Amino acid sequence: MHRPQNWRQWALIVLGATGAVLLLVLPLALIFARALSGGFGMFFDALAENDMRAAIALTVTVAVITVPVNVVFGVMMAWCVTRYDFHGRKILVTLIDIPYATSPVVAGLCYLVIYGLESAVGAWFNAHDMQLMFAWPGIVMVTIFVTSPFVARILIPLMQAQGTEEEHAALTLGANGWQIFRRVTLPNIKWGLLYGTVITNARAVGEFGAVSVVSGAIRGKTVTLPLLIEQLNDDYKTVGAFTAAALLACMALVTLVIKTFMEWRNREPGARHPVAPSPASPPVQNTTPGA
Amino acid sequence: MPSFFKQNPTLPGFGLTFGVSALFVTLVILTPLAGLLVYTSQMSLAQYWQAISDPRVVASYKVTLLGASYATLAALVLGMLIAWIIVRYEFPGRALLDALVDLPFALPTAVAGLTLSVLLAPGGWVGQWFAPWDIKISYAFAGLVIAMTFTSLPFVVRSIQPVLEEVGPEYEEAARTLGATPWQTTWRVILPALVPAIFTGASQSFIRSLGEFGAVVMIAGNIPFRTEITSLMIFTRTSEYDYPSAAAIATVVLGASLLLLFLLQVLQGRILPWQRPGA
Repeated sequence: MHRPQNWRQWALIVLGATGAVLLLVLPLALIFARALSGGFGMFFDALAENDMRAAIALTVTVAVITVPVNVVFGVMMAWCVTRYDFHGRKILVTLIDIPYATSPVVAGLCYLVIYGLESAVGAWFNAHDMQLMFAWPGIVMVTIFVTSPFVARILIPLMQAQGTEEEHAALTLGANGWQIFRRVTLPNIKWGLLYGTVITNARAVGEFGAVSVVSGAIRGKTVTLPLLIEQLNDDYKTVGAFTAAALLACMALVTLVIKTFMEWRNREPGARHPVAPSPASPPVQNTTPGA
Repeated sequence: MPSFFKQNPTLPGFGLTFGVSALFVTLVILTPLAGLLVYTSQMSLAQYWQAISDPRVVASYKVTLLGASYATLAALVLGMLIAWIIVRYEFPGRALLDALVDLPFALPTAVAGLTLSVLLAPGGWVGQWFAPWDIKISYAFAGLVIAMTFTSLPFVVRSIQPVLEEVGPEYEEAARTLGATPWQTTWRVILPALVPAIFTGASQSFIRSLGEFGAVVMIAGNIPFRTEITSLMIFTRTSEYDYPSAAAIATVVLGASLLLLFLLQVLQGRILPWQRPGA
């Protein structure tokens, strides 16, 4: 990396930076400008509305259930495919990419077809006083589906690169499985795990397509923040829509800060992983563990 | 009988982690997809064909494919440029730019769609410069492409960036000392090394664009036959309680994206690795 040396290199930088400003920075600035266009008073009034408070509560509930489930699953999945070599390992790694490639609307529909009132399963749950679709459990279920790959996709390359020598050393010293994970593996993957957690949270909070299929959009009951944005925007309540958008944008910015921090930690001298994996990096390569 | 393990496990925890992973994948991912297929299989072939070949639906396939293609191309151009300047040059704001690349990934798609639509509307910050020429971006096809470009940008940058870091400036310097012109260096040395990464990034953006919903519906105006995407068609059929038609269209989308995902995996594993530098 060096300072640009001639006008051509500067031109490239200006061109790239202009594109980034137009596509990334301006939209971000617009969100906050619009949310605060009526001053802080209107911003807080919009926040205090009943629909908004219900949407925030529902969105937080969904994230609180979804994130731990997917973190536990992601860690187990990553451990399983990087610490053992068995037939079907590659298939398992490929299957975890499916939610990534599935359109969220299709995902929502799949759940609707299985757990909706018309189906046998849905009817059974309904007979036991549990409505899954067009209620909060359905929203949680599709959100778990959509956000399931993130933790695993971040951890798998990380744990593959680390190899298993340290775990094996701990094993020969008499540690049990939990001790190995807690004392050896976890400290090595903690930053990746933290980033996986916040990106899972970001996607869970922001999921739109799948949730809008199974939500039924009952005001004050099954409307999450992203759905509320659409409703308010359709009602021409721009300040309200942008207030909700500003909340979500803040969450996205915090996510980026944590990611940058993780990369910075990993680039410190002595760190073993120069490039921090991103969920937007290429899919996991199917190499043998420990290779 | 061949053993289940290619290498006997030494670390504890295989039963637990494999059990949980397999159960989760089966319950959360495979069962719903299978459910969709079972549901669709109850339709007669004629019904199925009618649902997926409805003119409005066919138009939506075209809009989605065309939009995703343009968006992938746009994301590729801008993404390669951004990856290049982030990796090669030291300039003020470089670290910020690097961090912002992931914004489309962290920002909820509905928020992206809302803000882009206001930004590009005739009275918006950017849209006002196009209004005098009668160029409509929001609520038109161009807006749809821009929304898809926004959501797929990180995939291109994050695929290319690590490879570009690997093919350090040494390669270019070596080429130059051997008498290559900058043009030859770009085309003969750098680009060939980037081909697999470009391919991966492009296919990921394309897959992502095909399925994008939130950002697109907020900006595209959703005019039937012109800016209505297939995901929206599925959504519309679902809100009309026409689940069979919705499911039929969904199987088409699902089949296409799973096929792409599978092709990508195969290509990455078998054909492309030889081009990686140092391989």
